[in-house]
Amino acid sequence: MFRRIEEDRRKPVEIIVEGQSITAREGDSVAAALLASGLEVRRATAVSGEPRLPYCMMGVCFDCLVTIDGMGNRQGCLVPVRDGMRIEIQKGKREIGR
Amino acid sequence: MTIPSPKREEYDVAVIGAGPAGLAGAALTGKAGLATLLLDENIGPGGQVWRAITTTPVRDKGILGEDYWSGMHLVDEARGCGAEIVQGATVWSLDRNLEIGISVGGAAHLIKAKRVILATGALERPFPIPGWTLPGVMTVGAAQTILKSSGLLPQGRTVIAGQGPLLWLLAAQILRMGGTIDLVLDTTDRRNYLRALPHAAAFLASPYFFKGLAMMREVRARARVVSGVTKIEAAGSGRVETVSYEAGGRNESLPADLFLLHQGVVPNVNLAMAAGVQHTWNDRQLCWSPALDAHGESSVKGVYVAGDGAGIGGALVAVPRGQVAARAVIDTLKPDAGAGLPDHDSLKAALARAERGRAFLDTLFRPPRQFRIPEGETIVCRCEEVTASDIRQSVAIGATGPNQLKAYRRTGMGPCQGRLCGLTVTELMAEARGKSPSEIGYYRLRAPVKPITVSELASLPKNESATKAVERG
Repeated sequence: MFRRIEEDRRKPVEIIVEGQSITAREGDSVAAALLASGLEVRRATAVSGEPRLPYCMMGVCFDCLVTIDGMGNRQGCLVPVRDGMRIEIQKGKREIGR
Repeated sequence: MTIPSPKREEYDVAVIGAGPAGLAGAALTGKAGLATLLLDENIGPGGQVWRAITTTPVRDKGILGEDYWSGMHLVDEARGCGAEIVQGATVWSLDRNLEIGISVGGAAHLIKAKRVILATGALERPFPIPGWTLPGVMTVGAAQTILKSSGLLPQGRTVIAGQGPLLWLLAAQILRMGGTIDLVLDTTDRRNYLRALPHAAAFLASPYFFKGLAMMREVRARARVVSGVTKIEAAGSGRVETVSYEAGGRNESLPADLFLLHQGVVPNVNLAMAAGVQHTWNDRQLCWSPALDAHGESSVKGVYVAGDGAGIGGALVAVPRGQVAARAVIDTLKPDAGAGLPDHDSLKAALARAERGRAFLDTLFRPPRQFRIPEGETIVCRCEEVTASDIRQSVAIGATGPNQLKAYRRTGMGPCQGRLCGLTVTELMAEARGKSPSEIGYYRLRAPVKPITVSELASLPKNESATKAVERG
């Protein structure tokens, strides 16, 4: 769906998506890094389990909900990537305790 | 990593949103020596128009254009005026006592301000067509956000549909960066050209006129554009695979990997409405707008609304609106500090100049009914997955308005709190009940306007009376 432009000289940031290490860039939101990764990152909705990807990328649609460092229901489009951040794709509702 | 949080508990003025209106407002109150707090939810300042202006990897200035880079001087002014700026700050509450609930880096804070300027901007109007929840269907604004902030360019078969200035701007930017667009589906109602004609003279004097024309020519020269599109559908198994449309009585389908939708922007009303700011239905812009006085002050004393949140005007309008509100705040809190700063009359004159031509754009790009009020099994509420026919059935068995509908269908009760369905629900129910949107009304919005955890709330400092209120025995 998306590719990075070649002139991007921002610092690389390593994040872990479902156990797999990927390289994002400093200033990426989690949601942007996931879209750029080319990995299968569709979440499943809480109501019917239908697959979704981010829709608005500006904090209003909540279709980028993701588990970050063990905490569920984070808006991936508003959280900047950090080295070592652990991302899990949220399938269904946020679970109690995370 | 240390996350900056507000340094004080009380400020003269809190400005919410660091887009054009918020930056301009905070720069002025800061310059006047008022203790100013500028809160913004994003990673960096700029709002949506100047998104990632301090960090964008897109360094060729011609690509994002001069209107984008023109924001830099306001960012510099806001940063150099003494105002405290907190990024990554989600405001989840504002009340009549001007107490503001903020969440920064997982910690909640309550701060007080003598005046509040709401500059929460706009969001893209819902575009409820069949298949709009499929992965790979996004808004034009979403694609532009990641283009500016992360240098991400659409790849694969890309289709763009809708109408409005932002659609043409994004298409031009994608093409300038070497990207490709398979098809642009222009949904502008052909009859709108005639309807807009009476407003054309004012638009000719607007700076948007020549820029807009040049941009549309630039896109048409390098991408296929189909005009007069009256029906659109996205389909696919687990993600978007095809886009179908109808134009001039002809139907066509084409494969697509990325489908971008846009039909203009509307005020982001959640925080203002939850604060009790009175809004009215704006029939020209088909949205709710706050009732404001000449200074931008709302029905809640001390709360001002500036920028697109006050009614859609674009960045050039947002800047003087932010300054008009800031000037009013200075005049009420510290009138002596206003000397040497632009006065109310000159700011209002600048605002009037910037607003020229808006009626033309609103009329020309008024979204057609069928793209605002969907039929059948098209999803209206993306969070709770409620369809248009669910809502019509609820009306048939007695749901009278958006708030009653919550009890029937949970519309607007998911995490987005109605941001992506509210306008559709109002218009759909108004049509189904033969009433006006004003009569039908909107969701009753309440704090927290963004979800926060109970543990965050519990971490707020407590005073003795609050503790006593919940103690037993």
